[in-house]
Amino acid sequence: MNMPFYVAPEQVMKDRADYAQKGIARGRSLVAIEFGEGVVLCAENPSRNLRKVSEIYDRIAFAGVGKYNEYDQLRIAGIRHADLKGYTYSRDDVDSQALANQYAQMLGQIFTHEMKPLEVEILVAAVGHNPEGDRLFHLRYDGSVTDEDGYAALGGEAEAIRERLAEADTSDLDLGSAVRLAVSALSGPDRSIDASELEIGVLDRLSEGRCFRRLENGDISSLLNS
Amino acid sequence: MTLPIFSPSDDPGPSFPGLLTKVGIDPSYEIARAGQNSPSLSGIDITHGTTVVAARSSDGVVIAGDRRATSGNLISHRTMRKVFRADRWSGVAIAGAAGPAIEMVKMFQLQLEHYEKVEGHSLSLEGKANQLSQMVRQHLPAAMQGMAVVPIFAGFDKRRQRGRLFAYDVTGGRYEEEDYVASGSGSIHARTVIKLGRGGDLDSDATVNLLIKALFTAADDDSATGGPDSMRGIYPIIATITADGFVHLEESDIAARFSAIVDEFTLPEEAIR
Repeated sequence: MNMPFYVAPEQVMKDRADYAQKGIARGRSLVAIEFGEGVVLCAENPSRNLRKVSEIYDRIAFAGVGKYNEYDQLRIAGIRHADLKGYTYSRDDVDSQALANQYAQMLGQIFTHEMKPLEVEILVAAVGHNPEGDRLFHLRYDGSVTDEDGYAALGGEAEAIRERLAEADTSDLDLGSAVRLAVSALSGPDRSIDASELEIGVLDRLSEGRCFRRLENGDISSLLNS
Repeated sequence: MTLPIFSPSDDPGPSFPGLLTKVGIDPSYEIARAGQNSPSLSGIDITHGTTVVAARSSDGVVIAGDRRATSGNLISHRTMRKVFRADRWSGVAIAGAAGPAIEMVKMFQLQLEHYEKVEGHSLSLEGKANQLSQMVRQHLPAAMQGMAVVPIFAGFDKRRQRGRLFAYDVTGGRYEEEDYVASGSGSIHARTVIKLGRGGDLDSDATVNLLIKALFTAADDDSATGGPDSMRGIYPIIATITADGFVHLEESDIAARFSAIVDEFTLPEEAIR
């Protein structure tokens, strides 16, 4: 009778984590920054159609990096969760923390129980009626959640981007300066990113109802050049 | 509330009613199903909403409705809303049994939003009109029991760059109209006024005035339609839908337009005996 080789649980987890990290590191990064009038989510994305940043609900947005089909499935599940909750209770009862917890449960479950972990990192961003109400929940492939303050970076180069953002002055930002800061943090000092390679979504604090909007190429160029 | 994940063969796609069924929440069509097995409800006085109208203007459409809801011969609400924003480019107005009608509108709004978020772009105007048609059709069993819901749908078609109007019947039949649509008990009077007042290509402002005259006449001749209520400050709801999207008219603006009509129709003092 064949006995399977014994593999220490530490080793299994480490292998899965390495596998997921490799998958995530292949893709490009994204950042989210809180500013006076809302939250901006900015991704380096050469595709016009395979989106990384999108709307979940009135004041909640989603961003994902890694394997497209996997984070897109999470995005749709998030929309369904929020719309069902809003239908059952009310639009005011849909909150970002419950959604982040659900995502964490699911990612953790898959990481420990399935053969293959999800090769994704996702962000649940929510805009409050005042800046204290803003939330950035950063979720990793193993289900760990970080409640980020002020800004968040996801993807292969997240560490370097976070360092650049930590050095920058993030007080008194408006939309234009927040976008410019996000793009310079993404690109680093040695290169520049064209507007056509950027995907930017904004949660407008002062909007009524659905606060999420996308910036078109033209808007991005004019913000970058102002 | 958990995170709904489905296998590819089981996925409800961008349909919100389909999602509700999958997760075991019965959509609003419970009323429709209840209607199938119970005796006629026509003896029960349920709340009814009345006259709604919409007309095409040179730059889009205008949609309007009175505020009265009746139960039998009683007025049950004076401030009911029958004109709703469906999404940024379209609006829906309802006449008929108020409870199921409002639930239908809620479901319709959610479906348009859900589709737009899941798919990343909104339905075509044609697609929206068809969605509403399916919802009315699913409600047919209840309609047979006396709880008919007959909406009208109006929107700005961005592909064709023009306003479009759709009327429905209780079976879910969908009829696109060129100039105007109306539904509810006072619609026959409203329709006549619009028919006679149309001519040339009216802009939004002139179309609003025409619809106000139509609603005023409907309220004058139909007891279930509410007129302008200056005593309580309640006026019909009117919205325009153009290339700029769905916009509600300010209440003060509507009040001023109605008082102009009242002045026009008021007899001069020497004529009152």
